[in-house]
Amino acid sequence: MPERPVADRPMIEITNVTRSYGAFKALDDANLVIREGEFFSLLGPSGCGKTTLLRMIAGFDNPTTGTIAVDGQAMEGIPANRRPTNMVFQSYAIFPHLNVEQNVAYGLKRLRLDSAEEKRRVEEALGQVSLNGLGKRGATELSGGQRQRVALARALVMRPKVLLLDEPLSALDKKLREQMQVELRRLQQAVGITFVLVTHDQYEALAMSDRIAVMFGGRIAQVASPKEIYQRPVNRQVADFLGGMNFVKAEIVEEQGASLVVDTLGFGRIKTDKPKAFVRNGSGATLGIRPERLRVLWDDSSAKFEVSGKVVERHYFGEITHLIVEIPGLEKPLSVTETNDFGADDIPVGSSIRLAYDPEALVALAD
Amino acid sequence: MTAAVADSPGVGSRRTRRDVLLQSEAVQGLGLISPTFLYAVVFLLAPIIVVIAHSFWTQHYLTIDRTFTLENYRIALTEPIYRDLLWRSLYISLTVSFLTVVFAYPIAYFISFHGGRHKGLWLFLITIPFWTSYLLRVMAWKVILGYNGVLNSGLMGLGIIDEPSTALLYNSSAVIITLTHAWAAFAILPIFVSLEKVDRTLVEAATDLGDGPLRSFLRVTLPLSIPGVIAALLIVMIPTVGDYVTPKLVGGKDGVMIANAIQVQFGKAANWPLGAALSVTTMVIVTLMALASVFIIRSAARMAR
Repeated sequence: MPERPVADRPMIEITNVTRSYGAFKALDDANLVIREGEFFSLLGPSGCGKTTLLRMIAGFDNPTTGTIAVDGQAMEGIPANRRPTNMVFQSYAIFPHLNVEQNVAYGLKRLRLDSAEEKRRVEEALGQVSLNGLGKRGATELSGGQRQRVALARALVMRPKVLLLDEPLSALDKKLREQMQVELRRLQQAVGITFVLVTHDQYEALAMSDRIAVMFGGRIAQVASPKEIYQRPVNRQVADFLGGMNFVKAEIVEEQGASLVVDTLGFGRIKTDKPKAFVRNGSGATLGIRPERLRVLWDDSSAKFEVSGKVVERHYFGEITHLIVEIPGLEKPLSVTETNDFGADDIPVGSSIRLAYDPEALVALAD
Repeated sequence: MTAAVADSPGVGSRRTRRDVLLQSEAVQGLGLISPTFLYAVVFLLAPIIVVIAHSFWTQHYLTIDRTFTLENYRIALTEPIYRDLLWRSLYISLTVSFLTVVFAYPIAYFISFHGGRHKGLWLFLITIPFWTSYLLRVMAWKVILGYNGVLNSGLMGLGIIDEPSTALLYNSSAVIITLTHAWAAFAILPIFVSLEKVDRTLVEAATDLGDGPLRSFLRVTLPLSIPGVIAALLIVMIPTVGDYVTPKLVGGKDGVMIANAIQVQFGKAANWPLGAALSVTTMVIVTLMALASVFIIRSAARMAR
């Protein structure tokens, strides 16, 4: 299935939004534009303000200052029941006294459709989430995955302009979660509705989103595509939150416009892109390299850029092996992730190895 | 384990019977419930059997004729006085339980949804009137509803009525008012508990799907709190049918209920079998009325969806 192009038209505009509880700022001056038809994720640890932001879009909470607009319409003073958004709750909030069909038709009742049209829309929504034929099932007789699908169908049947998802997969087991990630993405591509997902699971965000906003302590740290967030994190916090990252201390030799030339002890002199948020603080800087961007060099093979060191720990993970390698001059040993195709799981602890790297993979990070 | 049994087959087989008996879950279970079971038999089952037995016998001045007869039931069901008393009792208890639930629901709702951190305090305040004797509370209503009572002087002071009304006390309305007040807390608590169990996210979900506050209440909160409403209704309805003190104190001639008649049969009239037949009839009819109320409320709740 080809990727559905995202329209270059704003669907949600969040402008200078702050939400304070007394002196505590749950959200601090957030600015964000989410485009029409986009699968957008708000990613961050608990307490970072992502759920607060989602609930303000839904209308369950109001900004202390700032404005939220959906589809060009300011949302101020519009209660949750009259917003063009629908929500999939973390607990799913399936009405226990209604069956699947009645749950899905709940919001349609108010629209006073004729019964054939209502039935058709309910069937269509149940079909979209592969729950055909379960309409008469009672709400209490559903598995976790089915409850999640009912919650999705109940929101989708309203044909909202924006679908809000509050950690929808966190209650599912790992296998089902991964399956639902694929299905959710497929569903979003099929219906073309703007999805806003809140999650603390970086893999979930990376796997499903068109763009991700990474949030820490009530502030938006970076907004970019999954690939850019992973490969070019703006600061240490973002880099650390999304998967493993080796941090290497460096000395700035020269600043050339958008790039930096730095000296490191293990990797020598490197030229790298300067992150937007980079603020020079003396001559020190931090570089980061992902564990999988360091590759083990076998026997007599060689690479243009390599470092050598000693294996101090080895951890086996089935398809990959995790090596901890001490490099002379580096204060912390490097983490290296290597696939087991060539026998990385047989490298003895204590042996000397050489690692190849691409200088492009070393990114400068703001603190 | 298997080896040990094989080594000493004799010991094993000798001990088996008693061990099996002592270890069986059924025996252990019966042992555990036996004190409460005995209590229930002695204090609940036995008296009821005595009452039912008496209802089929006949009183001959001081002795009781133990030949089976349905005469007592014929009297209980056909004599106009008992029929009227029974109807009045049912009417009063039905009205009281309905009014109590109607007044209790908003209070329970307020405490549950808007009580915040003070829920415990609110519930505590509601129980305060129960620290005084029930008789004192009935007397208080006499003071309020009486000829020279608070209500009459208040209404006269406001110029709404010219002379004290006698319609306030010593009739069935006085019984209804007094009982409604007396049972309020017993209705508030079960409704409160069932409202506490309503997941607040469900109300948010209803709002998210387009319902305003009133519609989400009618479609989600109310149906989910129906078990509490039913419990409250039964808790109030069943004991009030047989209430004896309240009609005696504030009911006057028009407020007499079936329990007063039963008391007379066991006391002054000294006709235990008739009293027993009246009691059994009342029990059966209350049960039927309770079942009918539950059925009606459940169907109404289902229709509302």
